[in-house]
Amino acid sequence: MNTKEITNQEELFVSGHRACHGCGMAIAVRHILKATGKNVIVVTPTGCLETFTSPFGYSPWRVPWIHHLFENGPAIATGVVAALKAQGRDDTRVLAIGGDGSTFDIGFGALSGMLERGDDVLYICADNGAYMNTGGQRSGASPLYSATTTDPAGRSSVGKFQMKKDIPTIVAAHGVPYVATASVAYLKDLEKKIKKAMTYHGPRYIQIDSTCPSVWGFPSDRTLEVGRLAVECGITPLFEMENGEITKVRKIKKKISIEDYLKTQKRFRHLFAGDQGREALKEIQDLADANIRKYGLLKQAKAETTTSSEEVFT
Amino acid sequence: MKVTIGAVVKGGTSLGYKTGNWRDERPVLDMEPCKRCGQCESVCPDSAIHIIDEYYIIDYDFCKGCGLCAYECPADAIEMVQEEK
Ligand SMILES: Cc1ncc(C[n+]2csc(CCOP(=O)(O)OP(=O)(O)O)c2C)c(N)n1
Ligand code: SF4
Ligand code: SF4
Ligand code: SF4
Ligand SMILES: [Mg+2]
Repeated sequence: MNTKEITNQEELFVSGHRACHGCGMAIAVRHILKATGKNVIVVTPTGCLETFTSPFGYSPWRVPWIHHLFENGPAIATGVVAALKAQGRDDTRVLAIGGDGSTFDIGFGALSGMLERGDDVLYICADNGAYMNTGGQRSGASPLYSATTTDPAGRSSVGKFQMKKDIPTIVAAHGVPYVATASVAYLKDLEKKIKKAMTYHGPRYIQIDSTCPSVWGFPSDRTLEVGRLAVECGITPLFEMENGEITKVRKIKKKISIEDYLKTQKRFRHLFAGDQGREALKEIQDLADANIRKYGLLKQAKAETTTSSEEVFT
Repeated sequence: MKVTIGAVVKGGTSLGYKTGNWRDERPVLDMEPCKRCGQCESVCPDSAIHIIDEYYIIDYDFCKGCGLCAYECPADAIEMVQEEK
């Protein structure tokens, strides 16, 4: 065995997968598995992650991994948990890693069922804000006024005119022990949250902002930078909720305007031309400001929704 | 290729598929300014940077040349150079 083979032994998500250059989701998955270690079984609904890791005969997964349908990730995860229980194997945990389309939209009923039953699954949504595997159609996670192939921007449209669904809050309303949001821009924070989630039993949910150079339209070396800007402008709040209470919030280091984030991506390019675009920018700024108030994202600000949020990690 | 029952595939077999020829630009790492911070290894989407005895080795069999390691390096120790084909 040569040195290359030895170092590849430690990696649970190895080279040779077919994600685009600079794919945020691939980075997220590497760090998810670094945090969980190898005693997990992963289920993945149809989407980019499934596609780029499953050309037949070429798997980058070094943990047991199952692909099923687009809509039934949580139900399959439940089945795996039941099988492990029947075998008396309590040392192996179950992860589901689904895209935003399967999580927010088509698999949402199955997710709600899994949460309500209280199954011991860590469900992770690798959120890239649209149906990327099929070319970038809108999902319930696509941000307000982003251009998608099904909400193209043009003379009479400024892109998707509905809001991103607030799935973390909806998941939390099921009464689950752990809900968090994370970003590929903050990988240590992401790993910490995965590890924290693994200390709980029952259904847990982590939503990761998985920046996507190919479809969002930014250079492949800016994957973390774009994620950082999303957090620093307030549009992507990073927080943890334990047993229904917000227990940690990542504070903004240096607040930037929403324009500073949006102008980095082609999917928002249309907002920088014309009166309609200007109005849309104001509305998106309002959303970011509302997040800042709601979660207490600025250093001096107090959170409205909770009394227990604290000053946080870097 | 023979399809196995349940289409079961052995883990780690993607190492048989070299993605290095997707690359237009090659990251070249200079160990002199390198601070051994590990950031490049951490951000690589393709698990193509390995730490071997304090040295950072880029595996050009798999590196796709995305440039993330170079952009995120705090010491400017990685330069992207045009790939000759
Ligand atoms: C029932 C069903 N409808 C549609 C599809 C086609 N399809 C495959 S992946 C996908 C989109 C996946 O989007 P998302 O879950 O956000 O994952 P991403 O590819 O963005 O990572 C669609 C529509 C399918 N496989 N099954
Ligand atoms: S389309 Fe986006 S999420 Fe999908 S593999 Fe490419 S970069 Fe990754
Ligand atoms: S990111 Fe730069 S400084 Fe850090 S280990 Fe890599 S090459 Fe060295
Ligand atoms: S250029 Fe991209 S793929 Fe190549 S080593 Fe750097 S981060 Fe990895
Ligand atoms: Mg998606």
